[in-house]
Amino acid sequence: MEAFLNSIGYSSWVLHFLLLFPLAGMAAVLLAPAERAKHVAFGASLVEFVVSLPIWSAFNAASGAFQFTMDAPLDWIPAWGIHYYVGIDGISVLLLLLTTLMTPIALLGSFRYIQAREKTFYAMMLLLETGVVGVFVALDVFLFFMFWELMLVPMYFIIGIWGGERRIYAAIKFFLYTAVGSLLMLVGILYLVFKLQAQTGELSFLYSDLLNVSLTFREQVWLFAAFALAFLIKVPVFPFHTWLPDAHVEAPTPGSVILAAVLLKMGAYGFLRFLLPLFPQAATHPTIVTVLLVLGLIGVLYAAWVAAVQPDAKKLIAYTSVAHMGFVVLGIFAMTVQGVQGGMIIMLSHGASTGAMFLLLGMLYERRHTRQIADFGGLAAVMPVFAAVFVLTALASIGLPGTSGFVGEFLALLGTFQTHPWIATFAAAGVIFAAYYMLPMVQKIVFNALDKKENAELPDLSRREMAVLAPLVALMIWIGVYPKPFLERMEVTVVELLQDVDQRRLVNPPPLGELIGSRSVDGLSDR
Amino acid sequence: MLTNSLVLAAILFSIGVLGVVVRRNAIILFLCIELMLNAVNLAFVALSRAVGIEGQVFVFFVMAVAAAEAAVGLAIVISIFRHSETVDLKNFNLLRW
Amino acid sequence: MHHFEPTLLGLIVLLPLVGFAINGLTAFLAPERKAIPTVVGPAVLGLAFLIALTNFLRMLGAELHEPYVHSYWSWMPVGNLQIDAALQLDQLSMLMTMIITGVGTLIHVFSVGYMKADAGYARYFAYLNLFVFFMLVLVLGASFPLMFVGWEGVGLCSYLLIGFWFKDRKNADAGKKAFIVNRIGDFGFIVAMMLIFSNLGTLNYVEVFEAAPAAFAYGGGVITAITLFLFLGATGKSAQIPLYVWLPDAMAGPTPVSALIHAATMVTAGVYMIARSSVLFALAPVSQVVVAGVGALTALFAATIGLAQYDIKKVLAYSTVSQLGYMFIGVGVGAFAAGVFHLMTHAFFKALLFLGSGAVIHAMHEAFHHTHKDWDPQDMRNMGGLRKYMPITFATMWIATLAIAGVWPFAGFFSKDEIIWQAAAHAVGPYAGWYKLIWAVALLAAVLTAFYMTRMMVMTFHGENRTGEEERKHLHEVPAVMWVPLAVLAVLSVVGGWVNVPHAVADLPVLGWIPTSEWLHEWLHPITEHADAIMAANLPALAETAPIGGSAAFWAIASFGIAVAVILVASRVVGSRAYRPATEAPEPVGLARLLYNKWYIDEIYDAVVVRPIVGASKALWRFVDQGLIDGTVNGLGHASRALGWVGSRLQTGQLNTYAFAVAIGVLILLGFVAF
Repeated sequence: MEAFLNSIGYSSWVLHFLLLFPLAGMAAVLLAPAERAKHVAFGASLVEFVVSLPIWSAFNAASGAFQFTMDAPLDWIPAWGIHYYVGIDGISVLLLLLTTLMTPIALLGSFRYIQAREKTFYAMMLLLETGVVGVFVALDVFLFFMFWELMLVPMYFIIGIWGGERRIYAAIKFFLYTAVGSLLMLVGILYLVFKLQAQTGELSFLYSDLLNVSLTFREQVWLFAAFALAFLIKVPVFPFHTWLPDAHVEAPTPGSVILAAVLLKMGAYGFLRFLLPLFPQAATHPTIVTVLLVLGLIGVLYAAWVAAVQPDAKKLIAYTSVAHMGFVVLGIFAMTVQGVQGGMIIMLSHGASTGAMFLLLGMLYERRHTRQIADFGGLAAVMPVFAAVFVLTALASIGLPGTSGFVGEFLALLGTFQTHPWIATFAAAGVIFAAYYMLPMVQKIVFNALDKKENAELPDLSRREMAVLAPLVALMIWIGVYPKPFLERMEVTVVELLQDVDQRRLVNPPPLGELIGSRSVDGLSDR
Repeated sequence: MLTNSLVLAAILFSIGVLGVVVRRNAIILFLCIELMLNAVNLAFVALSRAVGIEGQVFVFFVMAVAAAEAAVGLAIVISIFRHSETVDLKNFNLLRW
Repeated sequence: MHHFEPTLLGLIVLLPLVGFAINGLTAFLAPERKAIPTVVGPAVLGLAFLIALTNFLRMLGAELHEPYVHSYWSWMPVGNLQIDAALQLDQLSMLMTMIITGVGTLIHVFSVGYMKADAGYARYFAYLNLFVFFMLVLVLGASFPLMFVGWEGVGLCSYLLIGFWFKDRKNADAGKKAFIVNRIGDFGFIVAMMLIFSNLGTLNYVEVFEAAPAAFAYGGGVITAITLFLFLGATGKSAQIPLYVWLPDAMAGPTPVSALIHAATMVTAGVYMIARSSVLFALAPVSQVVVAGVGALTALFAATIGLAQYDIKKVLAYSTVSQLGYMFIGVGVGAFAAGVFHLMTHAFFKALLFLGSGAVIHAMHEAFHHTHKDWDPQDMRNMGGLRKYMPITFATMWIATLAIAGVWPFAGFFSKDEIIWQAAAHAVGPYAGWYKLIWAVALLAAVLTAFYMTRMMVMTFHGENRTGEEERKHLHEVPAVMWVPLAVLAVLSVVGGWVNVPHAVADLPVLGWIPTSEWLHEWLHPITEHADAIMAANLPALAETAPIGGSAAFWAIASFGIAVAVILVASRVVGSRAYRPATEAPEPVGLARLLYNKWYIDEIYDAVVVRPIVGASKALWRFVDQGLIDGTVNGLGHASRALGWVGSRLQTGQLNTYAFAVAIGVLILLGFVAF
């Protein structure tokens, strides 16, 4: 296998292929006849996934450096120091593979759901894939930002055209929320780039160059805030989360799947890729860390409570996303190796379980055209396979040991406890409230009496639907039982990142209050 | 001499502006615009003696543009009149908020 | 004596999982083929029991001082955290494995008869096998996280089996309640694990227990917190105050499930956990008092409720809660072996009681089914005089009743007597007063136990039959597949206690007929010796006499006497009462009403915990999420629209206005240029 990959120079072209192939697929979809569009799109995403698979084995887990890169960055807009440069490390490799896995699943899951303007829809989905892949592989900050914004466009249309009744409201809310955050990030990026130019005389958007910008503590805090807002909205963290329930409820099934499984991860990815290494003094400042951890904690508990009283199943799951991502934020800003790796595992687990949950709810919606929990009941009697998968997915979502959710939450909590025991203790109460929101919904949908006559004849899952769910179920159990392959692929990168941050932190961070008004702390500079 | 010409041009221009601001009839409005253009032409010609020949060149440009504008503008006015039997601009506010 | 290497240890755990897979597939593909689960379900358990038995016999002949730990794969290796999927076989986990697979096999066999008419037959055995798998992971896992896997896994199976007949909303609700209440305990377990890891850097038993005595000061704050959080976990799983409320509701599941999960195995997991962590608890005297105190309180409290219940399974449920309280008294006072001893005997006689009640319910259900009578087959007021129709069930259940009531020579006498005596003996040191109180409460609860059990037996089997004329004809003994397990358990309920007969009893006349044996203590010695050493080093010597005087022998005879006396009195009192079928019976009044309604604890919890949380959830959603946050977000949107509206007013559509604005603008610009 390795020899074969070497002989075709796999590592030199795979990322470019992954980036561009969905665009080719998009062109093919637009050229194909309308009734074949879904098959073309699914085929393209499947090819994309198959081609991406060898990364799993070809990735060198012993190295924390970027891999699958080109020899040198390619000049794109030389006058502005903008390059085309891609690569992956232990943080992005699994998210990249999650993306290429979830896209064909989401597409296959939308065959029945999407009935209008199929060509446009499938083209948008493939464009979205390019955008997301681009975010995870870009090593030039401008390139990153371009893909970050690019993925907004297809998502906006997917919600706005194929969504539910309030789709326009949801789409605009989604777009504006995200755009507000990214604008500040853009300002931050430009500040960094011009700072680099002032310091070295060279204009460059390359990630590796920007790591060398020397910033005062005050600058770090402000830039941290600008970047963090973009990522906090994307994750989303309380109180920036209200776009998510609306977007999820209105989005069509495949949109929800990609949104939950992949798009939310971009925020957490941003934390690890940009916030920690670019602004280590700010990212380790006790006040800032505490604020972020408390926000994550609020997300865990608050979202669980709010989720529990939702009458709309999709909205309920949307709120649980906020709770799960709260654990991710806790894990990352605990800055311990267990915490960060736990956060990463939660991201994968959440991708699988919440993705499967949205697919399952979508399958119900296709049958009954309702998302209200109260419209169901007793489905286990007519749809036993559906019920089994539904219960399993729900359990993975609430972190039952043996499923992926437990490994992630356990590690994240364990990691958080080492630096912030009280916050971790309160967050651990999230396991109670996870049961509090999930089990009543499970009961009201699959258990209880089959007392609605509309539900009495519902067909069980078709082969296609089982094929859609099977890989996700397998992933949930695999990560739950044997997470080592996932953990070891990220370990070196995470350890090096944390060491790097630790070395560059301020030993005696000044109180944040001094930053406002006085300029006395400007002398503090890291490199 | 130059001053007198420029003052005249300014007066003509102001009359044109005033006409555009206060009158509602589309034809009158047109005439006022033409008046403004020609006031400018007058200023160009007057200044060309002091500055150079370019001013007179510009006059030709202005005249050409004015002719084209008059052709298009009058055509619009005529089609508006055909549509609603009036050229009072008070009735045409389709671009209002 | 030779080095010990277990045989096919992994297979013990794997077999039930295989059974789960086969039965699960059958449930989906061919639910009508009941032969598959009939064979596979009990067979995997039987095989696992045989392997366990082999290992047990080999272990008897070997000297095993250090636990045998075998790692199968690396589970969560992250930084300094190294958790393997590893099994640990030592005397404690061996004993638990024997109980689980042994009693489990009997209950699986019983289920073949009990569930044979159920449409979900294959699904039932799939769940039951899965439960045994998780239970074995719980006791055989070599680290706290692995115990937690089993811990939540059995909770899951309990949830699924309580809600097995999910079409009835009451059952599904009970399952959900069990899961959520258990999760409150699991929260404590997780916090305890986090505390252990951040203090010791490991979660593997061997390393934790080795490092703990040096790392934690005796009675220190951290170790007290760890053990209290662990105990919170135990109160959830083992149904102790304040988290016991799920267990009585859990009787909504099929009765063999109540026997296996909610009596013999799962609910004793908390006792196992504390026995397993004996080193940690021995270091935290405050936690020990709390454990024993909560155990005593639960033992008494649940027994009072058991006095007034009419549902035969509810009586047994509260009896289980009460007996679990005894076990916690045992492990709480530091007599870990005594707690485990009662765990074992209780597994025998309580499984027998539940299976017996299952046989009764089965017979009653069939009788009512024949005549289409909609009476409750579980209500004892509808029973009476069943001994004529079900002699085997009657006899075996009396054996179990004598055992639980603490009558010599039945198993419960030895185990319960030892716990009560140990509470008295440990009434030394700084918390002696508390232990004395615990001892008194335990004695009182024993009186109540004998009373409510006799009441249950008399109401069910003695006196006039109240089932009805027609129905009576259809009452008959259960088939062999169901009564054979009862008989086996009856034997165990007698001899099960003989493995640990104290000198004090063996030296007595008559009672000394059973020879002394400290086998269980010796067997568990490698597990408990570290904890014993810690307590011996920090506490004064054990008391020789009970708080109000009297030696161990005296109290053994006394408790025997009390049990017999209470049984006699109770059978007279209850036997003289004229019960009427449930539909005609008067509502209980006064204290009986209070007890019948379980002290209204469920209602109080509902008002104090459940409703406020649901209310707060709704308030947060409406006022914070939709009101405050979305209000702000949408407010910003509306504000910018409003601003736009104001601006749009300039757009009059009148050319004159625009021209005027241009003219003014030009003038202003000119003004700037000129001046």
